[in-house]
Amino acid sequence: MSATSEAPAGGKHVGQSLRRKEDPRLITGRARYIDDIGVPGMLWASIVRSPEAHARIVSIDTSAARERPGVHAVFTGEDMADLEAPLPMAWVPPGVEVNNPDHWPLARGAVKHVGDPVAVVIGEDRYRVVDAAADVVVEYETLPAITDPEAALHSGPFVHEQLGTNEVHQWTLAGGDMEAGFAEADVIVERRVVNHRTAGAPIEPRGVLADYRAGSLTLWSSTQVPHFLRLFLAILLGMSEERVRVIAPEVGGGFGSKLQVYGEEILAAWCSRKLGLPVKWIETRSENMAVAHQGRDQIAYTKMGAKRDGTITAFHVRIVADFGAYNMLLTPMIPSLGAFVMGGCYKIPAVQTDIVGMFTNKCPTDAIRGAGRPEATHMIEVTLDQLAAELGLDPLEIRRRNFIPKEDFPAEVATGVIYDSGDYDKTLDKLLEHVDVPAFRREQEELSSQGIYRGIGFATYTEICGLAPSRVTGPAGVGVQAGLWESAMVRVHNTGAVTVYTGTSPHGQGHETGFAQIVADQLGVDPSVVEIVHGDTGTGPEGRGTYGSRTLATGGEAVFRATGKIVEKAKAIVAHQLEAAPEDIEVTSEKFAVRGSPEKGLTLAEVAGTAYIGDVPVGMEPGLEEVAFYDPENFVFPFGAHACIVDVDVETGKVKVARYVAVDDCGPAVNPMLIDGQVHGGVAHSIGQALYEQVVYNSDGQLVTGTFVNYALPTAAEIPSFETDRTETPSPVNSLGVKGIGEAGTIAATAAVTNAVIDALRPLGVNYINMPLTSLRVWEAIEEAKGGASA
Amino acid sequence: MSPITAVRLHVNGVEHSIDVEPRLLLVHALRDHLGLTGTHVGCDTSNCGACTVHLDGRAVKSCTVLAVQADGAEITTIEGLGQEGNLHPLQEAFWNDHGLQCGYCTPGMIMAAAALLADNPDPTEDEVRHGLEGNLCRCTGYHNIVRAVLDAAKTKSSTFGDRPEVTA
Repeated sequence: MSATSEAPAGGKHVGQSLRRKEDPRLITGRARYIDDIGVPGMLWASIVRSPEAHARIVSIDTSAARERPGVHAVFTGEDMADLEAPLPMAWVPPGVEVNNPDHWPLARGAVKHVGDPVAVVIGEDRYRVVDAAADVVVEYETLPAITDPEAALHSGPFVHEQLGTNEVHQWTLAGGDMEAGFAEADVIVERRVVNHRTAGAPIEPRGVLADYRAGSLTLWSSTQVPHFLRLFLAILLGMSEERVRVIAPEVGGGFGSKLQVYGEEILAAWCSRKLGLPVKWIETRSENMAVAHQGRDQIAYTKMGAKRDGTITAFHVRIVADFGAYNMLLTPMIPSLGAFVMGGCYKIPAVQTDIVGMFTNKCPTDAIRGAGRPEATHMIEVTLDQLAAELGLDPLEIRRRNFIPKEDFPAEVATGVIYDSGDYDKTLDKLLEHVDVPAFRREQEELSSQGIYRGIGFATYTEICGLAPSRVTGPAGVGVQAGLWESAMVRVHNTGAVTVYTGTSPHGQGHETGFAQIVADQLGVDPSVVEIVHGDTGTGPEGRGTYGSRTLATGGEAVFRATGKIVEKAKAIVAHQLEAAPEDIEVTSEKFAVRGSPEKGLTLAEVAGTAYIGDVPVGMEPGLEEVAFYDPENFVFPFGAHACIVDVDVETGKVKVARYVAVDDCGPAVNPMLIDGQVHGGVAHSIGQALYEQVVYNSDGQLVTGTFVNYALPTAAEIPSFETDRTETPSPVNSLGVKGIGEAGTIAATAAVTNAVIDALRPLGVNYINMPLTSLRVWEAIEEAKGGASA
Repeated sequence: MSPITAVRLHVNGVEHSIDVEPRLLLVHALRDHLGLTGTHVGCDTSNCGACTVHLDGRAVKSCTVLAVQADGAEITTIEGLGQEGNLHPLQEAFWNDHGLQCGYCTPGMIMAAAALLADNPDPTEDEVRHGLEGNLCRCTGYHNIVRAVLDAAKTKSSTFGDRPEVTA
């Protein structure tokens, strides 16, 4: 490795649970989120949305709305004919046909799901634009809707009539001899595994403020991807990209739902340019539930074969993925992300994932926390438990027998994906230090005799993170039309303070703290003097944003490398000043000092002062500022072992999570407190999915769960306290050895919860059940099993 | 056009007189008229609690109160609870315990927790969890929020003996 090879692990600040640098502004109400920002002359936008799931727009009468006082304009899709391109879908896999009908910020001629935008009202007051929007009269000719993706496979109605099909695409990832694998199997289990539709539901809805003036556009948006947004704003509006500046202010949660280029972002910019005034749109929660992209919604047919001793011989999955009404930025890619890890942490000779993507008259789906990997893990881990039961094997024993042994890493799995590092037995051993399974089984049996049903479930997972090596994701690889490297720029000021510009764009993760810890150790300063600037395309270099648990493994490595260049330059300057050899200069916690003579040295401020005065070695540029672009060689593969214990009230079907233990391995910890926080949130997110949350459409395509009244986001009363622990297996891919933790909890937890509920219910004859494990569904399963027994 | 009404609001110890439409929500009066943007809006059905403030000493969801209903009332928002250098024990505990990530629910969560501790200065974990049922968080899984509230209660229980008071 280059100049940056002095690994910071175990440094003064790296590895410590430092309090967050972000928090003082957040706990005092001084942060600035999108709706806290205003500019003089700003107008408000309110969007008229379709109440129909599928309809032809017969007419739109905007006259009454226009006459309202304070209303500046009302626009419909026809007014926006000058857009240079429709909304983007950035995944075009080589050799695969993807049906991708045009998708516009305002509907043109037809609406395809409830909430589809039809018109926008621009006016002077937050409330009055809403009044005026209610005066827009839209006449619809209702068309039949389709909401069941499996029904959509075989017949109409068609969401996009001109296609003559509801199929978006088919894509397969396969490796190994599937036929031989199943022929070799003594037992084969097949299950229909449903991963129902959920909402991202960040507590801050989306919002955008566009200010076009004098040929330049400044746009604030609650986004995870300011640079992607800038690119597509430029393309759709026909502007040169450098004339567009996108700023992500404080972002109130994303969970993937703000990894998008949304119609409203384009719409606000277009309106601002059209009217010559700033335009702001703030999403309501009801809008968010109808139109912010949703997640999951995959029906999988899993088939797993094994020998009598539990050795898995083949795993085949056919996924019907419900994409809703349109392809958004990465929609067709999401199930494929799961396919990359469909073998889980097991040595399986043949693995195949067949995906068919379907249009339905529902809100589009795209990346939501985990994005394909929670679904894949659920398919694997639930099917594996079913297989264990079939074979009469302990669920942990079957896992251990199939784990990829640690000697195999880097391990190429059947699909050709190369896992960077892993030690799956170690995390499971650590889990079992916390969970005494034999004692649990004894307790379970005793309770069962008292009519109390308690169950334990496990999930051992690996995931694919560190998005991404550009050679893999780029056009020649799997076909995402973007290199997914990351950048950093480090500026040391005369004062010795440091400003770091990152291309990643946080929304709660704690980048400002974690990155500052890394830089502080490299430069021998306190993290308090290291400021991390993010989410502004007008300040730092080109970047790629925050999603897919990529920040530390790509953005952190870029920060580390850029800072490494500063260190090298600083050493040369100090050596020059002190007449020593650069290789004899070392960074202590206070200064750049001569090895063996710690009293001889310069502080970072002194180095910077020298660099800016220009008293540097001959041939060296003055100044102390460096940039690094880091493109990883491979993905990274975090892993872990989770256990969940539930109590099921068989009278009501109510499931209570009594205990949840998570042992995760994301490589060396930069800030353990932040890791725990990510695990807590991720697990809670998936407990929500497993037990409570579900986006429901009726068969007419009407959205039943349109607010937080009927979409059951879990509260503090439904979620347990968590027990977390870690193992640390470094990745060989980056200098920090780090992997990523933002999605791990989400990826593991639905399977652990589901397996626990099934474990609890087996004595009652319930051997399999699909999420969401609501009281009603569990109660019905129990009743059905009783009926079966008595029949 | 709705008639305009004059409303007097005592917010964080400062008296304001503003002219509002009767339908104006208190949260928008605080945010858009008084510039107190620490109070957030996360839903339109009074479920999320991001807009929680104290109205005459009681926690209310300010999206569910009209500004005219708050005429003459004493209101405390997150900005009035404590400031940098003079943090309220709950703010300190949320910081120490990593009780927030994106921070959007945090002001409402802290205001709800302050009211909870005023009513029950020494709650059990279960009481904290049920006491905060009206406030949603998507980031933290509540684990560290609950810990922060319990820690705040433990370290500074005397602070919560009275109803939360406004300090000018």
